[in-house]
Amino acid sequence: MKRLMGVINLDAEQDLLGELTYFRCGAAVPFGGRYRLIDFVLSNMVHAQISEIAVFTRRKYRSLMDHLGNGKAWDLDHVKGGLFILPPDWNDPTDISKGELQHFHNNRDFFARGQADHVLITGSQHVSTVDFEEVFTQHLNTNADVTVVYQHNEKMVTDTPFSKKLTIDKTGHVRDLTNDQKNPNYYMNMYIIKKDLLLELVDSCIARGKSFLFEEGIIPRADKLKIGSYAYNGYLAVIDSLSAYYQQSMKLLSDQHFEELFLSKKPLLTKIKNEPPTVYKRGSNATNSLIANGCVIEGKVSNSILFRGVKVERGAVIENSVIMQRCVIKKGTVLKNVVLDKDITLTPNKTLIGADKQPYVVAKRKVI
Amino acid sequence: MNSSKKECVAMLLAGGEGKRLGSLTKKLAKPAVYFGGKYRIIDFPLSNCTNSGIDTVGVLTQYEPLALNTHLGIGTPWGLDHRQGGLTALPPFVEKAGGSWYLGTADAIYQNTCFIEQYEPEYVLVLSGDHIYKMDYDKMLQYHKEKQADVTISVIEVPMDEASRFGIMNTDEDYTITEFEEKPKHPKNNLASMGVYLFTWSYLKSFLTNDALNPHSEHDFGKNVIPSMLESDLKLVAYPFSGYWRDVGTVQSYWEASMDLLATDSPLDLHEDAWRIYSTNPNQPPQYIAAGAKVSRSFINEGCLVYGKLVKSILFHGVKVGQHSEVTNSILMPNVQIGSNVTLTNVIVTEGTHIPDGTRITSSKHDILVIDQETKFEALTMLA
Repeated sequence: MKRLMGVINLDAEQDLLGELTYFRCGAAVPFGGRYRLIDFVLSNMVHAQISEIAVFTRRKYRSLMDHLGNGKAWDLDHVKGGLFILPPDWNDPTDISKGELQHFHNNRDFFARGQADHVLITGSQHVSTVDFEEVFTQHLNTNADVTVVYQHNEKMVTDTPFSKKLTIDKTGHVRDLTNDQKNPNYYMNMYIIKKDLLLELVDSCIARGKSFLFEEGIIPRADKLKIGSYAYNGYLAVIDSLSAYYQQSMKLLSDQHFEELFLSKKPLLTKIKNEPPTVYKRGSNATNSLIANGCVIEGKVSNSILFRGVKVERGAVIENSVIMQRCVIKKGTVLKNVVLDKDITLTPNKTLIGADKQPYVVAKRKVI
Repeated sequence: MNSSKKECVAMLLAGGEGKRLGSLTKKLAKPAVYFGGKYRIIDFPLSNCTNSGIDTVGVLTQYEPLALNTHLGIGTPWGLDHRQGGLTALPPFVEKAGGSWYLGTADAIYQNTCFIEQYEPEYVLVLSGDHIYKMDYDKMLQYHKEKQADVTISVIEVPMDEASRFGIMNTDEDYTITEFEEKPKHPKNNLASMGVYLFTWSYLKSFLTNDALNPHSEHDFGKNVIPSMLESDLKLVAYPFSGYWRDVGTVQSYWEASMDLLATDSPLDLHEDAWRIYSTNPNQPPQYIAAGAKVSRSFINEGCLVYGKLVKSILFHGVKVGQHSEVTNSILMPNVQIGSNVTLTNVIVTEGTHIPDGTRITSSKHDILVIDQETKFEALTMLA
C-alpha cells in the first residue's frame, strides 16, 4: 500500500486527562497495561502497510519521543520513509500560518518527498481496530476527495465538547460537522484525503488566516468536494477525560472487550521493555485482571490493570484500579478505585479509596 | 579485512542435539529449548556476555539450526548488533580443501580460527549453551590475569553423590588444577566444571592445532584438549563460582530447574534489574486473569488467558487455560491451548499443543511426562 501516507496530528489535541497529562501529551498516556494511546492508531497504520508516518506534536512531547524512538518497535525504521516525529519549528519569517496548519505548512517537505498520493490524518484519542486498508480501498473505489471514518452509535456519550458529529446525507456523503449530541454519527477524527487537494487546501486556508484544516478547510467545502464516509462498527474507546480513561480501562476487563481489542487481529505494537514474566508468589491472589510482564505479586489483585514491573507486597489489596509502570505497593496498603501514574511508591498500611466513577488519581513519581 | 582488536572473544557452543531432553529437542537444538516462561536456554550465556561487557560472540551452530538462527538473528535482543564484533552465527562449512561437520567441541573452535583471529584477542572464552546461570565473566577474566593463568576453568561445588555426572577438577590449595577427570566413577572431590573455559588464545591455538592433527583424538575439550594441557607445563586454575548454576541436560533436571524459579526464595531471581536476561519479545497483550481464575506460585508471560486454576506452573506467551481446568507443577510452552475441565500435573507441554476438553494427565515428580502434538490423549487420560 505504497500510495497512502499517515499523519498523526496531536496539535489540536488538548491535555484532557488531568494529572496524567501534567507531564506528557495525551498521545503518550499509558493505556491497557503496556501501551500508550498512540500505539493503537500507529499499529493500525502499520498493519495497513502504511510505511511513511509523521507525528505532528507541539507540547510535552519528551516522553512521546522516548516512546517512539526511531520507530523500530513498529518496523518503521526504514532506509526509505519510516517514522518522522515533527516537533514545532516556526522560524520562517515569511510564515503567516497558525494553528495546526503551521505543521502542514512547515512540513511541506514530508508531503513532497513522500511516495504516496493520498494522506491519512488521525488523532490519538480514539482507541479502535479500524482497518485502514479497507477505508483506503473504499476511498479509491468511490474516487472520493476525502473519506471520513465515523461510528454510528446511538448510545455514545462523551464527556467533552470536543467530540463532534457528522451530518451524512442519504448518499453517504458528509454535509456538516456539528455539536448536536442527538446525532448518532460520531466523528472519529480520522480521514483520508488526496495529497494534492490537501496541499491546496492548506495554502488557501493559510491565506485566509484559518487554523484548522478539517473544520475550516474541508467541511465548509462540503458542497464542492466529494466527502465520503466510512462506517466503522468495531471496538471504540474515546479517551477524552479522566473518567472516560478510567471507565474504558475497566471495560477492558471483560473478556469480550479484551478479545475484541487485543486478539482480533495482528498484534498491537509498542516499545519493548525486556521484562521477565510476572511471578505470582505464595499467598498471592489475582482475579479478573489485566497484568503485564515484570510484576511481582504477593498480595491480592482484583478488577485491576497492572502495567509492567509493578510490585504488590504481601497483604496489599488492589481493587478496581489502574496501576502504572514500576509502582510499588507496600505491605498492608489498600487501594480501591485508584489510578496511579508511573513510579509511585505507596508506603505500608495506607488506604486510598476513590469514588466509583471518579477515581483517585496520583501524578507521577510520588511517595505516599 | 579491516580488523578491530578485542581483548576477549566469546565462543558459544550451541550445536548440541540434546538427546537426553527427548521430545523437547525433536525439532530444536538444545540451546533453543524454551526456559523460564519467556527465554530460551541460550539467552542465559548470551545475556551474561552482554552484562559482562563482552561484545564479540561467535555462536557455533550445527543441529536443527532454523529455530536457533531465527532466535539469534543479528543479536539485537542482547544488544549484540554491533558494527564491529557483535554476534556471528558460525555453522560448519566447506572450503576448497574440503570441510566437515564439527567433529567435537575443540574441532568446532579450531575450524573457526579465522573468525577469532580477526579480532586479535588475548583471551578466548568458551561457553556452552545448555546451562542456566547468571555469571560475570569479567570477574573470571580479572581472576585469570591475577593468577597469571594460561587456562581458567570455572567450577562449582555440586552434591558429592552427583559428582560423577560432571567433569571433576582436583586442585591444590590455591586452586591450581592438578587433575581433571571426566565423569569419574569415584570422584575425589565435588568441584565440577561448569563448561566455562577461559584460555589465553596463543596457547589455545597451538593446542587446537596439535589436536586437529591427531587422528586418535575425539577433538573434545574435556576428553582431549584439557588433559593434554594438564600434561604440559601450562598453568591451569579453577575459578570457584558460588551462584546458582544448573545443567538442564535431562528432562528431569530441566523440570527441576524450572521449579526452582517458583521456590519461595528462588535461587535464580529473573526480576533483578542489575542482571537482566534478554530475549526476543513477542509483543503480546498483558496476561488476562479471568474472574473465577486462581493463580498461585506461578510464572506467567504476556498474551496468556487464564480461566482455570494454576498452581506452581510456568506459562509461556499465548497460552490459554480453559474453565475448570487445573494445572499443577507443569510447564506450558508458547501457544499451548488447554480446553476446559482438564487436569494436568507434573507435565511439560511443548509449543503449540492443543489439549482437548476433559483430558486428565498426572505424572510423577520423578518421571516427568513431555506432551507434544503427537501425544495420544485418550490413552493417557485412561491411565490416570
